[in-house]
Amino acid sequence: MERIIELKNVSKFFTIGGGLFSQKKTLRVLEDLNLSIKKGEIFCLVGESGCGKTTTGKLIAGLLKPTSGEVLFYGENIWKMNKEKFKKYRKSVQIVHQDPYSSLNPVKTVYDILSAPLLKHHMVRSNGQCEEKISELLKIVDLTPVEDFIYKYPHQLSGGQRQRVVIARALTLNPEFIVADEAVSMLDVSIRLSIIKLLLILKQNFNMTFLFITHDLAMAKYFGWNGKIAVMYLGRIVEIGPTPRVLENPLHPYTKALLLAVPEADPEVTRNKKIMELRSLDLPSLLDLPPGCRFNNRCPYMEPGKCDKIEPNLYEVEPDHYVSCELYGDET
Amino acid sequence: MNKKISRFKIFLGSLRDTFRLLRRNKLGFLGFIVLIFIILMSFIGPYFVPFDTTSRLDKIYVKPSWEHPLGTDSQGRDVLSQIVHGGKDVLIVAFLTGLLSTLIAVTFGSLSAFIGGRLDSAITSLADIVLTIPHFPLLSVLAAFIRLKSSFMIAFILALLSWPGLLRAVRAQVLSLKERDFIEAARALDLGTSYIVFSEILPNMMNYIVISFILSMTSAVYAQVGLILLGLVPLASHNWGVMINFAWTRGAIFYKHSVYYILSPIIAISLFQWSLVSFTRSLEEIFNPRLGQGV
Amino acid sequence: MENILNIENLYVDYRARRGLVKAVRGVNLELKRRETLAIIGESGSGKTTLGLSIIKLLPSSAKISQGKIWYQANGKKYEVVSLDNSKLRKFRWKEIAMVFQSALNAFNPVIRIWDHILDTADSHDLRLTREDLRAKVLELLRLVQLDPDRVLRSYPHELSGGMRQRVLIALALLLDPQIIILDEPTTALDILSQRSILELLKRIREELNLSIILISHDLSLAAELADKVAVMYAGALVEIGSVYDIFYKPLHPYTMGLIKAVPTVTTSFRELISIPGSPPDLIDLPPGCKFHPRCEYKGEECLKDEPVLINVFNDHYVACYKWEKIKNGKNN
Repeated sequence: MERIIELKNVSKFFTIGGGLFSQKKTLRVLEDLNLSIKKGEIFCLVGESGCGKTTTGKLIAGLLKPTSGEVLFYGENIWKMNKEKFKKYRKSVQIVHQDPYSSLNPVKTVYDILSAPLLKHHMVRSNGQCEEKISELLKIVDLTPVEDFIYKYPHQLSGGQRQRVVIARALTLNPEFIVADEAVSMLDVSIRLSIIKLLLILKQNFNMTFLFITHDLAMAKYFGWNGKIAVMYLGRIVEIGPTPRVLENPLHPYTKALLLAVPEADPEVTRNKKIMELRSLDLPSLLDLPPGCRFNNRCPYMEPGKCDKIEPNLYEVEPDHYVSCELYGDET
Repeated sequence: MNKKISRFKIFLGSLRDTFRLLRRNKLGFLGFIVLIFIILMSFIGPYFVPFDTTSRLDKIYVKPSWEHPLGTDSQGRDVLSQIVHGGKDVLIVAFLTGLLSTLIAVTFGSLSAFIGGRLDSAITSLADIVLTIPHFPLLSVLAAFIRLKSSFMIAFILALLSWPGLLRAVRAQVLSLKERDFIEAARALDLGTSYIVFSEILPNMMNYIVISFILSMTSAVYAQVGLILLGLVPLASHNWGVMINFAWTRGAIFYKHSVYYILSPIIAISLFQWSLVSFTRSLEEIFNPRLGQGV
Repeated sequence: MENILNIENLYVDYRARRGLVKAVRGVNLELKRRETLAIIGESGSGKTTLGLSIIKLLPSSAKISQGKIWYQANGKKYEVVSLDNSKLRKFRWKEIAMVFQSALNAFNPVIRIWDHILDTADSHDLRLTREDLRAKVLELLRLVQLDPDRVLRSYPHELSGGMRQRVLIALALLLDPQIIILDEPTTALDILSQRSILELLKRIREELNLSIILISHDLSLAAELADKVAVMYAGALVEIGSVYDIFYKPLHPYTMGLIKAVPTVTTSFRELISIPGSPPDLIDLPPGCKFHPRCEYKGEECLKDEPVLINVFNDHYVACYKWEKIKNGKNN
C-alpha cells in the first residue's frame, strides 16, 4: 500500500507577543513530527488537550502551513505543488470537525451547504443533477427520507443529524482522506457509535483513509483496531504502532499512565485499576518547555542526568511499534 | 414544477413569519409604522399637497388654523406643505449615504479581514487616516471648491467620510467569524475567497449590516442638516434642514407664533431618526430567531 | 441506614415557545447516607433539571408542578419544594451543595479566586469572621490538594481546568453539606485531570462521610464511583439498581443499549451495537413507553401505557414490560 500522507520533520511554532513592551515568545505547538499514513488505513491520533493533535490534523488538511518540514501527499510536498496539483490535493483531503453546532453555516439549508462545492467544482452540470447527487450523498449518510432533510436549516436538526450533514459535505468532492477531529466527542453516547459505524462503512465502501483525532482512547481502540495509533504529548509523538500492540503493550510511561487513568464503563475493571502516580500534576507550558524529554517533570521513571538533558530518540521495540523514550535506549 | 411551488410557499411562509416577528416588539413595530408613514408622506404626499409658493406678507408667522395647520413661515407660506415636500431630499441623502458607506465598509472590511496580510494593513491604515480627519472643517473647505448641490453629491461626500468607523466594526466581526469551523470547512472545500466572504460570512452578519446601515442613515441626516445649518450647502431646495436654517436666520425666534415653524422640521427630523432607531429593535427580533434559538 | 433524601413523584415542566417541555415526569428516588448515586442519561433526558430541582434552583421558566423532596439528616427535616426563598438560602449550600455543569466557565474572569470565594461566602450568609473563613478555605484547599498560595491569588484563566474544578468542589464543601450534587464533573477535562478528580471525590467522601449525587452521560463515571445507578430517559427513570446489577444484569433495553454501545479500553476487543433512532422531543412525547420507537423488544402493550418502575429483585427496579424476556434471553 502506498503512503498517501507523510509528515517529515514537521514543526509548527506560533509567535506571540513581541510588541513594544513585551518580549516575543514562541509557542512550540509541534516539534519535529514524523509520521506516515497508508492509503485505506485508519490512523488514530490520541492525546490530551494541548498536545498538538488538532494542529497536526489541520496541517495534514492543508489549512495551516508548517513552520518547517514537509507535508507530503503521495510523495509530493503540498506547499511546493503547482496550482492544479494543489487543487487536486485539496479536493482529496477533507475535514470533519468536532462541534456539529458550529461546523454548519446557520443561515444555509442542507441543500445550499451541499450544492456549493458541487457547483463550484463543476461536479454536476445542471440543477437536476445537483439534486440527484445531493440525494445520493444524504442516502450514504443515512439521512432518509431525503425530502425531510434537504431544505432544513442546521438548527432544525439534531446533533447527530448535523454531523451526518457534515460528513456528507466532506464527501461531495470524492475525497480519499478524511481528517476526523474529535468528530463524535460532542454527540450523545448512543449516537456516537452510529456515526463511527458510518465512518467504518465509508472506509469499507470507498477505501477511505482516516486520521482519527480524539482524546477518547476507548473509541480510538474500537474505530482503529485494525489500524495504527500514535500517542502525542506536548507537541511530540511519544509512541506509535499498531493499535492492538500499543494498547495491550504500552511502552511509554505516558501511554501507560493514560491507560491506567481512563475510567472504564465496567465496574470490576475500573475499580481494580492500579493508577500510576505521576510526580506532578503540572503540565509544562508550550512557551517554556523543559530541556530533554517533555514528560520528565511528571514521569515516575525519570532518570536525572538523562531524561532531563537529552531529547529521547525513537526506538523500535517490536515490529512497527516505536517509542520515544530513553528507557528503551539500553535495550536496543 | 412542484419544487418551485414548494420553494415559493416556503418563501411566503417566511414573509409571514417575518411580519409576525416584526409585531412582536411593540416599540419596534411602532417605529416601523411611523417610518412607513414618513416615507409615504415624503414621496407620495407631494402629489396630494401642493407646494405653497405664494408670498403673503400679511400672513407672516400666523398661528395654526384649519387653513394652515402648522402656521406660516417668514413669507407667509404654509408650513405644512413645506414639511410634506421637505422630507424627500433628507431621506434620499440619508439613504444614499447609508448605502454607499455600508457598501464600501462591508466590501473592503470583510475582504481586508479575510485576506489579511498587507491588504489588511493598507486598508486599516487608510481607514485610520480618514477617521482622524475632522469632518466639518474638511467639508467647509470642499464647499468652497465644489458646489454641493445635488443630493447624490452630498451623499457621496458624506459616505466617503463615514465608511471608516463601520469598516473597522465589520472587520472585527469577520475576523472572529473567519475562525469558525464552517468557514474552515469551506476553505478545505476550496470554495474560493469571494464565495466564502460574500456567501458564507456576510449572510451571517446580515442583522449587523442592516442595523449598521440604518444607523448610518441617522448620522447622515445629522451631518446633512449640520451642513445646511452652517450654510455649506446651497439652499436651493426647501427641505427640512433648509427650513431650520431659514427659521434661524430669518428671525423666527423673535415671534410668538413662529414656534411651529421652527419646531415642525425639528420634530420631523427627530421623528424620522427615532423611527429608524426603533425599527432596528424589530429587526433584531427578526434576525435572531432565524439563527436557531428557542428550545 | 436511613434515607437522607427522598424524591417523591416529582414532575417539572418548562415553558418554551413551542409548548410545555415535560422535563421530569414522575421521578421517585432515594438516597441513603454515605451513598453515591449516579443518574445516567443523555442530553434531553431531564437529568440536569432533576439535579437542579433537588436544591430548587430552577430557572424562572421551570416549575415543579407536582411532587415532594424530603431531606432528613442530623435531626433536621426539610421538604424542599415547599421552602420559601429565605429558608432555601439557609438550606442550600449548608445541607446540599451543587457543582454545576460547565462550571469551569462559571468563574468571573476578572476576579481573583480568593475574591470569588469571598463572594460566594457572603451570598450564603455565612456567619464567619474573615479569619475563620480563611482558615476554613485553607483547610478545604488542602483537602482538594491545591496549593493555597498559588491558587488564591490567581485569576481563573491562570489555573488549569482540573484545578478550577477542584476549587469548585472546595467551594461546594464550604458550609459542610451532607450531600453534594455534581453535574458532569469531568466532561471538559483531560484524562489525567479526570482521574485526579475521581480520586479526589473518592477521598473526600471517605473523609467527610458525604452522600454524593453524580449526574452524567458518562457510564464510566458511574462504574468508577457509584453505589447505585439510576438510568433516566425522556424525563423518567427507566431502571434503578446497584452499580453491578446495572452493568452486569441490565433489564431495560435502553440500559442494555447504552452498555453495548460504549467501548472499553483495557478489556479485550468487543463488537459494539448502536441504538437506532434518537431521543424523543420532550414537548411531543410518543404514547406508551417513551423508548418503544427504538426498542427491539417492543410489543403491543408498550405502545399503550407507559410502564412504571417495579421492584424485580432486591432494590433492582425496572420500568419495562419485557424485562423477564430480557433477563432470560440475550447475553450481555
